[in-house]
Amino acid sequence: MADQEIALMAHLLRRAGYGASRDEIEAKAAQGYDSVVEELLNPGEDPGIDEDLMYRAYPSYFDKAAIETGQTEWVYRMINNKYQLKEKMSLFWHTILCAGDNKVDNARTTAIQIDKFRDYGMGNFKDMLMMLSTDPAMLYYLDNIESHKTAVNENYGRELLELFSIGVGMDNEFNYTEDDVKACARAFTGWNLAPTIPVFPYGRTPFEFRFDPADHDYGEKTFLGETGNWDGGDIVDIICKQPATARFVARKLYDFFVADEPPVPAWRLSEPRDMAAIKQLEKAYFDSGYEITAMLTVLFNSDFFKDEAVRFAKVKSPADVVIGTMRMVGDHLEPKPGLFFVAMEPKYMGFDLMNPPTVEGWHMGREWINSGSLIDRINFASSMLGDTELPGVKNIINRLMNLGDVPSPEQFLDGCLDLVGPMELAQETRDQLTDHLNAGGALKHSTDSEKGDFSRRAGETLQMIATTSEFQFG
Amino acid sequence: MVSTVKDPVLAVMSLSGGNDGLNTVIPYNDPNYRDYRKALGIPEDQIIPITDQLGFHPAMAPLKKYWDEGKLAIIQGIGYPNGSLSHFRSMDIWATCEPDELGTTGWLGSVIQDVDPKGENVLTGVNFGRGLPRSLAKEGVAVASVGDLSTYGLLTELGVESQRAEALDLFGRMYAPAIGQGAVDDYIRRTGIEALQGADILSTAPGLYRSEVEYASTAMGGYLRDMAQVHNADFGTKVMFTTAPYNIFDTHANQSVGHANLLQDVAVNIDAFMTDIRQLGKSDNLTMFFYSEFGRRAMDNGSGTDHGTGGVAFAIGDHVKGGIYGEYPSLESGKLEDGGNLQHNVDFRSPYTTLLDQWMGLDAKSIVGGNFEALNFI
Repeated sequence: MADQEIALMAHLLRRAGYGASRDEIEAKAAQGYDSVVEELLNPGEDPGIDEDLMYRAYPSYFDKAAIETGQTEWVYRMINNKYQLKEKMSLFWHTILCAGDNKVDNARTTAIQIDKFRDYGMGNFKDMLMMLSTDPAMLYYLDNIESHKTAVNENYGRELLELFSIGVGMDNEFNYTEDDVKACARAFTGWNLAPTIPVFPYGRTPFEFRFDPADHDYGEKTFLGETGNWDGGDIVDIICKQPATARFVARKLYDFFVADEPPVPAWRLSEPRDMAAIKQLEKAYFDSGYEITAMLTVLFNSDFFKDEAVRFAKVKSPADVVIGTMRMVGDHLEPKPGLFFVAMEPKYMGFDLMNPPTVEGWHMGREWINSGSLIDRINFASSMLGDTELPGVKNIINRLMNLGDVPSPEQFLDGCLDLVGPMELAQETRDQLTDHLNAGGALKHSTDSEKGDFSRRAGETLQMIATTSEFQFG
Repeated sequence: MVSTVKDPVLAVMSLSGGNDGLNTVIPYNDPNYRDYRKALGIPEDQIIPITDQLGFHPAMAPLKKYWDEGKLAIIQGIGYPNGSLSHFRSMDIWATCEPDELGTTGWLGSVIQDVDPKGENVLTGVNFGRGLPRSLAKEGVAVASVGDLSTYGLLTELGVESQRAEALDLFGRMYAPAIGQGAVDDYIRRTGIEALQGADILSTAPGLYRSEVEYASTAMGGYLRDMAQVHNADFGTKVMFTTAPYNIFDTHANQSVGHANLLQDVAVNIDAFMTDIRQLGKSDNLTMFFYSEFGRRAMDNGSGTDHGTGGVAFAIGDHVKGGIYGEYPSLESGKLEDGGNLQHNVDFRSPYTTLLDQWMGLDAKSIVGGNFEALNFI
């Protein structure tokens, strides 16, 4: 297998999913890039989770009363969903169309929103916005339930434009006015929740959407230059045909899958990093009638995605650090106790799933890294990769033994880097690691005691690779 | 007057989400207040009067004694021209002092750099919470970000101390600058070295702290307790920052219960913090400033309040000259801004100027980007 094909496949699987074991990367590289992209873009029916096993391993799975249970389930799916792109799209949309359970305070309702992002994530953007505008977690989070014909609450109407679809501006111009915000908010009056079922005796139930015609403002509204008796559906129609919306979705996809862009509030004044790429994605948006999969098809088949310059050039999100590491070391591939502690790790690294810091979501790219989060990233990844009992680590060690009877420190280090990436280190970093390996003596693995020593040193080396600056990129 | 306190420390807390100033410091004699706050007006018998015009929300009770001592300054009608109703834009403006341009440099990042120009102490600025708030962001400025002081450290899972020492030594060498790896890699390497140094020092703080003071078991309580521990430890930390998480002051709905709980969380924990540092004998060189990115609309929406402009901010500390600063924004019709928001009359860069010039002894003008009249609350 050509190294180049392995490297490209590893890049695809890291971005369009959460990475893979070395065996899987090699199998997929043999299958061929185009065929794998085709598979990722056309996921089958979600086989779901074996609920009996979930109940056994995570007793609180039953009603997901606590957000931590929902986070644990999501992390389980991220690790194990065989439709990795579909799974990753649920995270993509969550980072944009985010609601926080810190306010919704109904963990099951919040978790159901994520399930819908999984179902709608590769469909039509118009359907996505309609789903969002009737999603109970969102309507509660942004107070649309308190927006009435006689007392309009602008929160959802504003964020729908500012953060979920059009964005505040592009090409130095503003995309909408305060009057548009007001019209938008009026159009969504009466988009409300059904009365909740009392908690006793059966516990909390998820919120449900209900349209209340008596509380809807049927009056005339002017929105983005179009006048009519618009309701929320009309607003979504008008939003979807805006060039700014194509720009918004294109730039978000590029930011998430290709290379870091600044946060949305900066988009009025900052040009996209690669305007030609954005234009291709915008074209796919309009040509297909707002189909997300059409945009993803362009993206994953493009030269700008395959470009070596974009590989290992994005700072991994905490989800990529945690899930990518778990998939590499091959742990929690079936429901078993202990996943809870893994599922809390993204939060410690600044990515509290289903609890965004604000409705703007998370600032990504280099902003994932500060001295606190870097410590958490390093501590987690190095402890997993240093655990020589985990199946993925054992597999790496077996492959290292195949390098030869006594691999040189350079060969040994290159082998480790190949098997956790393939990735490269700066020369300065390499020198420190090879010096360290040299100081430890010859890397033999003939006798049982040598094998034990070889495994320990492999674990140590993998552990130190996981602490590197280079390992923070994916 | 410039304070002559040695080694002044500035603690800042952001009440993110837009705190409702009108229901925090209440103009209880103004008939317009009752008209605007039909659903959310605080009953007169529950308001805690502080002047013959103004009173605290009842949940602010723990802070009343600081007012009585003359150690709590209230800055009314605070904002900036053409107030943005977007949380993120407004927070960014307060963080960067750039109302017209997109700023990326935080004012406190500049303070850290002015206090410690060579970056000799990695703990000159400490954030309590996860992530790096924009107020502290500045190219080349290290900020330790402490989510939980009690578990802070690098490679802590390596149980054998000698093995951990060896790994940390190798880590330090691997994180030396590398050539040609790009700006983000440089940044990560620098952060790694700073994390290593900062963690070593910070890990000693809990051992130096002896206190009976109880904080609320909330995120804010945890952050302020960690803040007291770091301040107590004398690491040379000059700037401390924390944020109420989750934009939680964004009370569009169900405000009557929610806002009371939020103000209580603020008041109880700031009281705990002040009591704590006083008992530790460390209150002489610290001033705390707390603010929100905007106030809320004068008229309630029946259940909560929407985004507004003019708001209220506070300074508390042993060297603070208590009192009311700025004018209470008029609630008369015709005196509100378009959209029904309170007019600001104090620019937020004025108290910043006070804190920088008169408390920290720095040149405020270069940090806040211009001349703003200082308020004499120090």
